[in-house]
Amino acid sequence: MLPDSEVSVCTLLPDVLGTYSDGGNARVLCSRLRWRGIPARQVTCTVDQQPPTSCDIYLLGGGEDTSQLFATEWLRQHPQLCNTLADRSLTLAVCAGMQILGVSMADVHGREHVGVGLLNITTTPRRRRATGEVVSRSAEVGLLTGFENHRGATELGDDVRPLAHVLSGVGNGDGRFGRRATDGVRTDHIIATYMHGPVLARNPALADHILASVTGSSLTEIDLPDQRALRESYLAGSASQTMRGGKRG
Amino acid sequence: MSGLSRRVGLGGGSIIGGRVTMALDPGALRSLATRRQVVLVTGTNGKTTTSHMVAAALRSLGLVAHNASGSNMADGALAALTDALDAEWAVLEVDELHLAGVASATDPAAMVILNLTRDQLDRAAEVRRTAAAIARAVVAHPQTTVFANADDPMVVWAASEAVRPVWVGAGSVWRSDTVGCPSCGRSLTESATGWHCECGLTRPSPSWWLEDDIAHGPGVSSRLALSLPGQFNLGNALMALAASVTAGVEPEAAIAKISALSRVAGRYARIQYGRHTLRLLLAKNPAGWAATIAMLDGSRPVVVAVNAREADGRDTSWLWDVEFERLVGRVVAASGERAADLGVRLSYAGIPHVTNTDPLAALAEFLEGEVDVVANYTAFHSLYRRLERAG
Repeated sequence: MLPDSEVSVCTLLPDVLGTYSDGGNARVLCSRLRWRGIPARQVTCTVDQQPPTSCDIYLLGGGEDTSQLFATEWLRQHPQLCNTLADRSLTLAVCAGMQILGVSMADVHGREHVGVGLLNITTTPRRRRATGEVVSRSAEVGLLTGFENHRGATELGDDVRPLAHVLSGVGNGDGRFGRRATDGVRTDHIIATYMHGPVLARNPALADHILASVTGSSLTEIDLPDQRALRESYLAGSASQTMRGGKRG
Repeated sequence: MSGLSRRVGLGGGSIIGGRVTMALDPGALRSLATRRQVVLVTGTNGKTTTSHMVAAALRSLGLVAHNASGSNMADGALAALTDALDAEWAVLEVDELHLAGVASATDPAAMVILNLTRDQLDRAAEVRRTAAAIARAVVAHPQTTVFANADDPMVVWAASEAVRPVWVGAGSVWRSDTVGCPSCGRSLTESATGWHCECGLTRPSPSWWLEDDIAHGPGVSSRLALSLPGQFNLGNALMALAASVTAGVEPEAAIAKISALSRVAGRYARIQYGRHTLRLLLAKNPAGWAATIAMLDGSRPVVVAVNAREADGRDTSWLWDVEFERLVGRVVAASGERAADLGVRLSYAGIPHVTNTDPLAALAEFLEGEVDVVANYTAFHSLYRRLERAG
């Protein structure tokens, strides 16, 4: 894209997938663009609106079980938007937002529901809800911190890269004896994670990674007051948790 | 035992006293509640304030046992009943997830259900599940009069099976958590007469409602001139008025008692601390903040204190659903154990601020005069205890 052109950030279905405050991710992206002098446009699209199909970044957040099925159905009714998500824009999908982009997800009663099919992942219910802090390490952006609150065990297809490897917490819940669990998914057009927080407020490096790939330019550093203290408070102790095998719950 | 808990600094004392009795005799709550008229007050926000209002009004009928400090699980209820063995009435604020248990032990004459929004998702998981738990308590007590907020779709859904409902138009300042119908997930439709859904869930016509600050109810049409600030507290007052008048309190007496209340377990208190006069407010979730932000005064400096202990909910994500942008232009301090999380949020809201985990130390940055202090649950209680000791 051109250096001075506007970046548009669209939050999809904040009225359905807005339960876990992931809407903050849009604010973080737009602020970090504007602070660098790059124009940003923040857009929201609710269920009763026709979704824009030409935005640069799309955001999907977490939601309750009924909302999740509703959101899946809505996305399937908008195939043009799905095409954009598949190969034109960059999407950050959190928690339920990630699950619904997969091939299928099963609810707590074991009923399987077809997903939007943009990610080769399947989600089944965990025995216990995973609730708590997560620390993970991503090859591209380093240590990530977030809060997870879900009952999904997400299995990645063989061709799918995780966003990060879990140091403490559950994440995708695919950890086995001798194998570290992963969190989220990373494709060329979709970044997905179980992390709330919101994840981009806690991890400015991930926010800037998204912005750099959309603007195609390297970005100046931003030194935000309190950011270092925030990260240190959540990342402290992740080393000792690694010693215990990185699994919990 | 309560004395011991106070001395070791574990709280107001009531929780420890209650827990020990419960451990000794699980039927204790049941036997302490028999032969009393019990009123349970629940909901996400306003439990403590509304239960203080109901207790104040019912005192014109006799002695009232009340968990005034806000210890709102079964042990807090037990401690309140133990402390007032002679009281014929009991007003108990009850945590939403503990309502069914406390109701089954106390066989309440009335339940008051204020509002149901997101709070501590790490504990409650989903608002709908909380509402379903309350619905089970309602169904299990067909003899209980259920005072329910007609303006809150989640409350109406939870109370829809009530045999003896009294619908109260207490208002709702926060609807972002219930955009979908609680029953079927469709979008709710708003109209002049309230909200409704295609599936049939509709705002019930209330028998108590507000017209500005005039409370209307069966045989009642009176102005509420509250000492407490805010539209939210007018709604709480209406709920309290409906419950206490139905219980038998003369409307004018109930209104006088409810209106006179000027502080509630430290909330809304004005406390002199050094060269500052602090006004203490409690807000612990987005809905509570929406109500509180409307009460903040003009251009006063604001100290915001946020903790994330178990009682607060460990997840601080909710800070991003609070419209801190409305504080732009004020002098603001980010404080509490999660001052850094709050500080980052304030920066993204465009608010320059000082950061200090200690809210009283943060005051050093402010000019003398009046300061609003807004804290969430454990941050509020630890600050209030310090101020009481200092005072």
